[in-house]
Amino acid sequence: MDTALLITQLLNGLQLGVLLFLLAAGLTLIFGIMDFINLAHGSFYMVGAYICGTLVALLDSFVLGVILAIPLTLAVGYVAELVVARTLYARDHLDHVLATFGLILIFDTAVHLFWGAEGMAIPLPDWLNGQIAVSETILLPTYRIAIISVGLAVAVGLYVLVTRTRIGMLIRAGASNRTMVQALGVDIKRLFSLVFAAGAAIAGLAGMMVSPITEASIGMGNDIIIVAFVVIIIGGIGSVKGAFVGALIVGMIDTMGRSYLDQFMKLFMSDQNAETAAPAVSAMLIYILMAAILAVRPQGLFPPRVR
Amino acid sequence: MNASDILTPKGLIAAAVILLLAVMPVLTTIADQAFYLDIATRILILAIAAVSLNLILGYGGMVSFGHAAFIGIGAYAVGIPIYYDEYSGWLHFPLAIAVSALYALITGAISLRTKGVHFIMITMAFSQMVFFLFISLEEYGGDDGLLIWSDSEFVDGVDVDDPTTFYYLCFISLMGALFLVHRIVNSRFGRVIRGSMSNDKRMKALGYPTYGYKLTAYVISGAICGYAGALMGNFTNFISPEMMGWTRSGELIFMVVLGGSGSVMGPIYGVLSFLLLEEFLPDFMDLFSKDAGIYWHLPFGIILVLVVLFVRGGINGLLDRWNR
Repeated sequence: MDTALLITQLLNGLQLGVLLFLLAAGLTLIFGIMDFINLAHGSFYMVGAYICGTLVALLDSFVLGVILAIPLTLAVGYVAELVVARTLYARDHLDHVLATFGLILIFDTAVHLFWGAEGMAIPLPDWLNGQIAVSETILLPTYRIAIISVGLAVAVGLYVLVTRTRIGMLIRAGASNRTMVQALGVDIKRLFSLVFAAGAAIAGLAGMMVSPITEASIGMGNDIIIVAFVVIIIGGIGSVKGAFVGALIVGMIDTMGRSYLDQFMKLFMSDQNAETAAPAVSAMLIYILMAAILAVRPQGLFPPRVR
Repeated sequence: MNASDILTPKGLIAAAVILLLAVMPVLTTIADQAFYLDIATRILILAIAAVSLNLILGYGGMVSFGHAAFIGIGAYAVGIPIYYDEYSGWLHFPLAIAVSALYALITGAISLRTKGVHFIMITMAFSQMVFFLFISLEEYGGDDGLLIWSDSEFVDGVDVDDPTTFYYLCFISLMGALFLVHRIVNSRFGRVIRGSMSNDKRMKALGYPTYGYKLTAYVISGAICGYAGALMGNFTNFISPEMMGWTRSGELIFMVVLGGSGSVMGPIYGVLSFLLLEEFLPDFMDLFSKDAGIYWHLPFGIILVLVVLFVRGGINGLLDRWNR
């Protein structure tokens, strides 16, 4: 097996996993605390990317654009919570799915209205655009390393926030027993607005990080949000740790499946059959994994304790 | 429904809608607007799918977020045989129903082990599997879709290629589906399903193996939806995996809820309003500002959110309140 290719693919898998984690972190907390399904979470991923793209073009600095776009995406998330999500907590999951489905249409068209139907490319500064030579044959793209580092930094930050701070304690308590937290005098609604907005900002960050590679486009969040749901269901709804492990598993399996499944399948079937079946199976792999985990362990791998 | 129910505003509206659908080809012929017959045919086909979803969603509380997969399976059950020059409708339709029912049996058996949000997500996951399966089937067009150059053939003299004949095939099918679902939900079987929706534990305590009942309902629903898919395959000349993407399943749920889930006529009202909005909202917006119509998803999304927030029970619920 080609080592350089393997390392590249491992890096791709890690990158996808980290991006998925950024999306899934907010999703799982929103879901865990308020029992709220937010299909429109992927819209923040898109909105973040577009805001960032505009700022980068305006300020001519990628880092500055990202830093300024984060609070703006946070504000968009805050408004969405205030106007639509807040009124839905008392409703059932069906209503959540439908209303946030409507929000997706609104966000997609709003982006179309403001930025046009064309995608938006975000240029990278030179210092992020190069490659790091590990050895003579192995070159790692700097920007991929940067994405992974940012993602891991956010993961560590969230871990510290959730396990070591007072607000994190409230979040964890809210996820395991909302009513009790309320009874102890905590304004769970305010806490939730905060989590919702922060989750939106982190999802936006993921969109900003991915756009220099793929460019920002309308509906970019709609496919990845479904994968993020797969992640939080595998990981256990409400658990940040579960979201992290789930994201890495899904990112790795998806990437590795797409690159190596045909070779693996050739071990036990004819080359021709393997080459026809592999693309189909690799695209379905994460859903098969999710269905298998749900069938055996419906609560996911790391469900929050006590409900 | 008995005779006195029809003589209420709600009953009269239901009768009027059915009557209007029944004479639609006559109206479009008189007006010489073949295009509107196209829309009406789409409405009928999607109404069959919505009626099938309503059986499990409205009466069984099973929020299937993957029903578009059945439409896709049904459509490909027409497209793939035609690709191999098999034109018999007597093959296409039973195939569509059988494959859909089998798919429903397998996925339902696993999905129904979960409930609530997990059920929503696992049905979605299965439909995504089908979606990606057809995307990777290069032989049948993959991502680009499959051209259907002919229609199903039944008996000599009946040509479903003719828009009016096909319209009445769809109309009769919809009436059949409505009747079937109506009979099911009012049977003993249907009462178990509805009982399990409001309190599954109590139904089990009463001795009903609700899992089997729910799975049966799920399979029936899938089979009806697959049949609608076979009609769709005949209606359009072109099918693609895009028709079973998760947003399509979301739209189908919205149609049912918009019309009023758990009611006989609800799905029909829902599909009717959804497709009419989809068709005429862009034109309507163009009246105010040139080319504003391309942004029709914006008011459409706002309507969707408002309906969820403020219209409980959908259109059918509104009519109920008017009755009183």
